[in-house]
Amino acid sequence: MSTLPDVRLGNWEAVSLVAGREVGTRLKSKAFIITTAATLLLLIGFTLVMKFVSGGSDATVGVVPSAVALEAPLKATATSIGQTIDTRAVDEAAGRGQIDDGSLDALLVGDGSKIVVVVKKEIDEKLKNTLNVLAGQLALNQEITDLGGDPATIGQAVAGAKAEVRPLEPPYDYNGQQLVIGMIAGVLIYMSLLINGQSVAQGVVEEKSSRVVELLLATIRPWQLMAGKVLGIGVVGLVQMVAIGGVGIAAGLATGVLTISVSTAVGTVIWLVVWFLLGFFAYSLVFAALGALVSRQEDIGGVITPPLMFVILGYVLGISILPTDPGNQLVEVLSIIPLFAPTLMPMRLAMGGVPAWEAGLAVVLVLALIPALVWLSGRIYRNAVMRSGAKVKLRDALRAA
Amino acid sequence: MAQRRLEIDGVSKRYGDVVALREMTFAVEAGELFGFVGSNGAGKTTTMRIALGVLAADAGVVRWDGEPITLETRRHIGYMPEERGLYPKMKVGEQLVYLARLHGLSTADAKRSVAEWTERLGVAGRVGDEVQKLSLGNQQRVQLAAALVHNPTILVLDEPFSGLDPVAVDVMSKVLADKAAEGVPVVFSSHQLDLVERLCHRVGIVRSGQMVACDTVDALRAGGTVHLVVEAPNAPPGWASGLPGVTVKEQVGAQTVLELGDGADDQAVLRAALATGPVTEFTHRRQTLTELFRNVVSEHTEEAAA
Repeated sequence: MSTLPDVRLGNWEAVSLVAGREVGTRLKSKAFIITTAATLLLLIGFTLVMKFVSGGSDATVGVVPSAVALEAPLKATATSIGQTIDTRAVDEAAGRGQIDDGSLDALLVGDGSKIVVVVKKEIDEKLKNTLNVLAGQLALNQEITDLGGDPATIGQAVAGAKAEVRPLEPPYDYNGQQLVIGMIAGVLIYMSLLINGQSVAQGVVEEKSSRVVELLLATIRPWQLMAGKVLGIGVVGLVQMVAIGGVGIAAGLATGVLTISVSTAVGTVIWLVVWFLLGFFAYSLVFAALGALVSRQEDIGGVITPPLMFVILGYVLGISILPTDPGNQLVEVLSIIPLFAPTLMPMRLAMGGVPAWEAGLAVVLVLALIPALVWLSGRIYRNAVMRSGAKVKLRDALRAA
Repeated sequence: MAQRRLEIDGVSKRYGDVVALREMTFAVEAGELFGFVGSNGAGKTTTMRIALGVLAADAGVVRWDGEPITLETRRHIGYMPEERGLYPKMKVGEQLVYLARLHGLSTADAKRSVAEWTERLGVAGRVGDEVQKLSLGNQQRVQLAAALVHNPTILVLDEPFSGLDPVAVDVMSKVLADKAAEGVPVVFSSHQLDLVERLCHRVGIVRSGQMVACDTVDALRAGGTVHLVVEAPNAPPGWASGLPGVTVKEQVGAQTVLELGDGADDQAVLRAALATGPVTEFTHRRQTLTELFRNVVSEHTEEAAA
């Protein structure tokens, strides 16, 4: 008997062949290159805008020589109520000119015994607050001096007096920057699940509608084809996520917009990647199975909308609740449930303050769900992918042997 | 090349209440071109899909080389599905290399083979183009290349000639004959019965999921009734209708086709024809595959009605 060529193909070989095609096709596609580049540019642009905006002060006040004694108290008062005020020594005439051309917000005039400011038309509310507080202080100091006291001593005593708060559970001190990073993480995960998840469904339908699936299934098993597709698109999504997350954080740290520690930043990116992978695999298995039910691209929306709603719901809840209330209990509970965890948990993790057990439990639950999804979606896919024409009923796909 | 045959043995398949295949049985010998004919919905495509493992049979077995066929041995099959399918947005060359590799070829072998087959099928100039940019005829050639790039040891082609221009039909016929000459069992389905008649060594006629006739073309034709073709330019219409045991099948212009029943005398027919004037042709003609096919199919329709 003549020898036949060895055409055995291991599972991994078959899966990686399919995955390799997905990666190759996607990396070459214009849509992929453009979206990735656009996201990167957007992120870098956002970082630069933040740098520009955060550099400035809230107001610039000119101080005439006679009122110069008020310059230091003005700055101190502003700081005490969370404002930043730049001051500039000018003579009155030049000061009025600068008010007119807009380079000064207000000009402090008078002899320093009371607060008199010149403004162009109206005074900025916050600046007015600062000045009122300062005026009150001046009046108080005057009274104290008249009564024979020392305003400085009393000032210190007042400043030192604070209500003592004793929390039963020490609250997590949320950092403003981490909140912003959390939001960005949420947007990234959401977009990525949406785009890559739909790519999986579209890829399945492309093979079905072009009938190439019959040729493929004559050589490899349905699960190998499905696994290869999910894996290939997942790898591309992962590369994209690492690139975007890495470049974003690096740009933030380099420009000085981000002042969080490098380890926190790296941790954020790692969690982002972990949750992208978990979320992507869980959801795209479902998308692949549901995609196999239909034969036309325009029918995809109808079948993948239900699971997509969970992705959208998680994202919307997170993005609308977390920025103002990062410790929200509803979100805390939902972020552990596998359906919502892929969108909510990475946002919470980036914002910080997630107890280790919650982070761990959410991962374990999704990991436990994935084998069940593999089995279920493999079954649906196998039963539905060769049936072209009308939409295959989910019930039929599940039942058929 | 060893003698390997493809056997379809008692394969049955039903979709709900509809019986698609009923104990379909036939074998294709090594080096044989086997034509698979039948009306639409007779079960040809289902049989091929089951042979390729794309569909699961309810009963029966497909054997190759005496062993039940497996996913691994199926990679030796060159398959052309009835529903043509390639990735529309993938380049011809990349696509063929990918498909060859799915059949177990190394990348280097796959590239070599793709170069060879695209050259042979006349699409070598299009390997860098996306499939969707090719004409339908060229897409068909690429599809055939996809069935051949892995140097298959069995060929199963569903309607390989449909949609081909005459030149492509010749190319395809040549390729199939060459493959059979190499000792590969080749089975293909077609509605172009003249082509099947010309190309195939053996033919199987399928009806309602069953093989109703399966033999060499000559043997099948020999079994049928014999027609007599008479060309007599001066013969009036109905000249032969009075002859005993003779049925006039058709009379067009000078040509009359007659069917002779038992005990009919062809010499009496010739004398009657000569009586009308000159006779320029007088031949026995065995029925064509097309006529045979019609008979086989209609016979069963009558049976079913009775």
